[in-house]
Amino acid sequence: MIGPRAYLILEDGAVFEGTRIGAPVEAAGEVVFTTSMTGYQEVISDPSYRGQIVVMAAPLIGNYGFNPQAWEARGPHVRGFVVREACEVPSHYLSREPLDEFLAGHGIAGLTELDTRRLVRHLRIHGLKRGMISGSADQSTIDRVRDLPELHEQDLVGEASCKEPIVIPGDGPRIALLDCGVKLGIIDALRRRGCEVHVLPHTTGPEAIAAFEPGGVLLSNGPGDPAVLNSVVATVRDIIDNIPVMGVCLGHQLLALAVGGRTYKMKFGHRGSNQPVLDQLTGRVMITTQNHGYAVDPDTLPSSVEVTHVNLNDGTIEGLRHRHLPVFSVQFHPEGRPGPHDADHLYDEFLDAIGVRTEVTHAEAR
Amino acid sequence: MPKRADLRKVLVIGSGPIIIGQAAEFDYSGTQACRALSEEGLEVVLVNSNPATIMTDVEVADRVYVEPLTPEFVEKIIAAERPDGILATLGGQTGLNLALALSQAGALDRYGVELLGTSLETIQNAEDRDRFRTSMLDLGQPVPESHTAERVDDALGVAAGIGYPVVVRPAFTLGGTGGGIAENPDALAAVATRGLMASPIRQVLVERCVLGWKEIEYEVMRDTSGTSITVCNMENVDPMGVHTGDSIVVAPSMTLSDREYQLLRTAALRIIGGLGIAGGCNIQFALDPNSDAYYVIEVNPRVSRSSALASKATGYPIARVAAKIAVGLRLDEIPNRVTGVTRAAFEPSLDYVVVKIPRWPFDKFPTMDRRLGTQMKATGEVMAIGRTFEQALLKAVRSLDLKLDGIRHPSGAHWSAAELERLVTEPNDLRLFAVAEALRRGWTIEDLMAGTLIDRFFIAKIARIVEIESRLSAGSSAVGAAKRAGFSDSAIAAIQGKTEGAVRLGRRSAGIRPVFKIVDTCAGEFPAETPYYYSTYEAEDELPEFRRPRIVVLGSGPIRIGQGIEFDYSTVHAVKALREAGYEAVIINNNPETVSTDFDISDRLYFEPLTMEDVLHVCEREQPVGVLVQYGGQTAINLAGPLDAAGVPVLGTSVTSLDISEDRRKFDALLADLDIERPQGGAVRTIEAARALIRRIGLPVLVRPSYVLGGRGMEIVDDEDAALTAVQAALAADHEYPVLIDRYIGGLEVEVDAIADGESLLIPGIMEHVEAAGIHSGDSIAIFPAQSLPDAIEDYLVLEANLRASRTVPFVSKAVSVPLVQIGTRVMIGDRLADLGYPGVYRLPSPPRVAVKAPVFSMEKLVRAEVALGPEMRSTGEVMGLGADVPAAVRRALIAAGLEVKGDTVLVSLAPRDRIGARALLESFRRLGFRVVATEGTASALRDAGMLADSVDAFDALATGRVGLVINTPTRGRDAARRGFRLRRAALEHRIPCVTSLDTARVIAAALEGSPSDTDVQPLPGPAPH
Repeated sequence: MIGPRAYLILEDGAVFEGTRIGAPVEAAGEVVFTTSMTGYQEVISDPSYRGQIVVMAAPLIGNYGFNPQAWEARGPHVRGFVVREACEVPSHYLSREPLDEFLAGHGIAGLTELDTRRLVRHLRIHGLKRGMISGSADQSTIDRVRDLPELHEQDLVGEASCKEPIVIPGDGPRIALLDCGVKLGIIDALRRRGCEVHVLPHTTGPEAIAAFEPGGVLLSNGPGDPAVLNSVVATVRDIIDNIPVMGVCLGHQLLALAVGGRTYKMKFGHRGSNQPVLDQLTGRVMITTQNHGYAVDPDTLPSSVEVTHVNLNDGTIEGLRHRHLPVFSVQFHPEGRPGPHDADHLYDEFLDAIGVRTEVTHAEAR
Repeated sequence: MPKRADLRKVLVIGSGPIIIGQAAEFDYSGTQACRALSEEGLEVVLVNSNPATIMTDVEVADRVYVEPLTPEFVEKIIAAERPDGILATLGGQTGLNLALALSQAGALDRYGVELLGTSLETIQNAEDRDRFRTSMLDLGQPVPESHTAERVDDALGVAAGIGYPVVVRPAFTLGGTGGGIAENPDALAAVATRGLMASPIRQVLVERCVLGWKEIEYEVMRDTSGTSITVCNMENVDPMGVHTGDSIVVAPSMTLSDREYQLLRTAALRIIGGLGIAGGCNIQFALDPNSDAYYVIEVNPRVSRSSALASKATGYPIARVAAKIAVGLRLDEIPNRVTGVTRAAFEPSLDYVVVKIPRWPFDKFPTMDRRLGTQMKATGEVMAIGRTFEQALLKAVRSLDLKLDGIRHPSGAHWSAAELERLVTEPNDLRLFAVAEALRRGWTIEDLMAGTLIDRFFIAKIARIVEIESRLSAGSSAVGAAKRAGFSDSAIAAIQGKTEGAVRLGRRSAGIRPVFKIVDTCAGEFPAETPYYYSTYEAEDELPEFRRPRIVVLGSGPIRIGQGIEFDYSTVHAVKALREAGYEAVIINNNPETVSTDFDISDRLYFEPLTMEDVLHVCEREQPVGVLVQYGGQTAINLAGPLDAAGVPVLGTSVTSLDISEDRRKFDALLADLDIERPQGGAVRTIEAARALIRRIGLPVLVRPSYVLGGRGMEIVDDEDAALTAVQAALAADHEYPVLIDRYIGGLEVEVDAIADGESLLIPGIMEHVEAAGIHSGDSIAIFPAQSLPDAIEDYLVLEANLRASRTVPFVSKAVSVPLVQIGTRVMIGDRLADLGYPGVYRLPSPPRVAVKAPVFSMEKLVRAEVALGPEMRSTGEVMGLGADVPAAVRRALIAAGLEVKGDTVLVSLAPRDRIGARALLESFRRLGFRVVATEGTASALRDAGMLADSVDAFDALATGRVGLVINTPTRGRDAARRGFRLRRAALEHRIPCVTSLDTARVIAAALEGSPSDTDVQPLPGPAPH
């Protein structure tokens, strides 16, 4: 591909030169990488990536184009998108457009034709950095990168959460879904089980939640630092005594904070579709999708919760359960999208906790 | 769950000789498994009949049996060793079938031996076509509509119900042997007949054909606690209809959306769990390119060629992990040795593209049908790694060692429009090149999609390569783009009309150089010290820490006829010796099936093409003390001169000496100086010179190209016109080097492997060929030590000298229990034989047992290929038989090679020149109780010679089922229509041994007369003391 030169500039001064794709704009954010080999459209539209420039470790991206079925939100959430090769001739019966056009059409800056493995290794060795995709790499651009806000200085959940409640009708139990930037995959997992899902803004308080008389509350995934979401944490603390709760990803971190635990920022996080998680109860390992840069500190957890899942690679906490209440959470995404569905049964367990067991149409989960 | 405490001793079953569909991948998996079990403190016993393997090295297992892989012999080993468990899932289809037979014969129960890993019931649920279908439907998995048939009529009935086209799949065969696609009832009758014959249980499956659907494979692992993971998936560039072993394959899948990837992954996990597999498993799916619909096509409940490829493609050692699972370990208890910090319970993530291309034997079999279908024809394969598909594809093409430096085929421009269309639309070995040629001639991507059913993605990638070609020929500055897309300097040079050297200099001055990246299983997420590299054109080189002086060992590339697993054996031994001597040993090779490309064999592994350019790039990075070219067969030897010219030190025998051995005139001069005779002959570059030479030396003559590989293009001819035709063909095949013509002389052929250091000479012994000179040594039965040589030889000729490790080195090493390659390597790095304990002319003492090497062919896979032996090598593998005397060793080798004479009748059809001389031989078969029948001409000639033999129609006789051996010596010539040719093919199709040399028949008779009931088994002795 021959196109205009552009650069990814990191706050530590590292510069990666490539070819611009997508929209001819600057993009700034935390630069993260994912090792998922498929599911780039799901990645681009995952609200948890809000505020970030995503680097795909897999080199060939865009091979099957973009289609109306692979959205995780109503539009893209990444700030910028970096790939080794952007496929120009995609091939898939559902494909509507190639990567370059897709990014351009959504105003997202992209960069290609660079050594993305070098970039991934840089981030892994030196930790995640703020960065910018720009047409110039001079000192003033580097200075601007250093002035970019950190994740905890931004209201990313506020940007990603719905503004008004949305109701997805169903015959099954009523679920209040506290939306911190929910992926459609989570809503689908509940919808397929027949749930009536009320997607609520993250600012919804405990009384307002209770007013819906939900059978259970699902704390969604979302972007940014959980430790800055004090009011959401307070809400969670209020509801767990009364209502079954399941937390996913950011929702898991919020639950940990609500019971008195602490979270910390990881060096480069877990992003990919191949994270092995050991279920401490069954002794089995599940391969899971993950997308998080913060984790729960095990030393800060009260004795009222127990660790149910750990990451087999680095031992970090992947799941918690309250010892006395029908409340649990997982750091990974049981619904995949992109990624495996090995842990899909956890949504069944949530419904079990609510006390209702609904038949799932597994056809779609397949 | 730690290792099971009740297991102390395990018997591992190998896969036997290399045949099409079952090649070096099982040496790789078996070797890995033996090591994995030893690590767990288990006593490991191994049985395999193939001496040319690393797994049969005495260091690999506690005891190694080189014995026939038959229930009879393996039961003897079980009785002698009394193992607690037996591991059969690492020995290919041979291992599984043997386990099944042992179980059915009650041998496992009799000795209380447990089948480890996947259970027999599971194996049958996956392999028996009806049970497979039922188990898939029980698991909610779709399978194409199909029914089994045990007779041709049933098959026709099934097809009438399903509708044509249909696929025929024989039960319990490997590499799709005997299968095929039938478009109509006539074709089905033929395919079903063949398929029923090929199936050991005489059963075929007739199945709805999903021609053109995407063919996707998943490699899956499961432990006994129920944890399952997928190691990787792979997409066949050639869609459904071409056997995956004959397809170009890419990993990971390129055209699957996440939804489709997970759909099939979830199905794969459900299948492996539902079947209850413990270990590795390969699952093949057909996926509709226009919907979510898919079918499960096949489940292989064992490690396979695909799992070897997946292991090399990802760095995940499937066989090693499967062996650990079989003895009770859980996936999360097995460390991932690549990262050192993670566990085997994870899924590799790839940040590169892997392309595999099969290597076919069509260059050896001119009469063979080159079309590809459901029956595998490739003997081997190459793998290449790149950061783009184009790069990996072009590197893979270079790795094939077919003198192709890209996808521009030398004949391409000469293909007529009709020829091109046929090459594009019928799957065949040239299709990749034909697609590129069609694009050059203006076909559109859509035209080619319709013509090939290949996915748009792949055609567009080939189109991009063709586009870069045209930018290069326009003289633009596309060199950087071309290098990034994987073009070689020589390909660029050819397009731009420059020399390779000029292109190289030009791009180097422009700063265009490759970097090397690591295969780390995790796409960079964890630090990895894996010494496993590939080249690419990007920014960062992941430089290793060089600790000690380095030596580069060149591998031998893909397994092909004439250059097989024997060379991989030598490569691995060379590395072992170098590491023991304190060097860092570096391997360059591109064959994903082999032990040498296991990343922990060497200090660093470069998965690269074995071309001058690619090898030089590695040498520039490694700055080695020197390069060993003697172990990689002709592929590596051919690089000696160019490497030397480029200033890279070639260790061992000098390039000048190598040249003398390869250059006819120089070698003749040397022999004349030494007063040694050789058959008269010479080298010619023109037909006129050939005619003059032939008139001088006389007929018959042997015609062959200079740089020979398993006698490719060799022919014995006894009239001048035929000789000149052969010369013409050889000249056309290779323009660079002259054609060699020798007077052909029959006689006893012997062969010596030797090591010299300039002062001393180590001779392990002399090997005698059963068949007279004229049959390629690789196809001869060989006896070690030689039995018929007089003490003082007065009249001898030297045929040739190969100054490199030969095909027979592993066989001889095992026969004498001395690691010859390691000694040779020590000499090449400067040690003296005298210091190693072999002073002067040192001849090793004769070993206690006679060793016989018998060739094994894959003729049933190669439709229309000539069966008769000649100067061109045809065998794909070999077995070793050991015995107290020659008949005992020969008999064991024949059993191991599948040449057991079973019926009560010997059918004879001889060339006129052999008829009289055959009498004594035929009398000996008669004494053994066989009835001797002959074709008309042979019978009447025998009658004239005073021997009565019934005159029969050969084809009728074969159909009686009583013929146990066919002896058919061919008249010279290659006419495929000849009766003899058809007779030999018919014998093959009836699975009756057919020998084409009276020498072979004589040794069979002698073996049958010898010690028929000897089935004593003995392990190989440890290293011989000296």
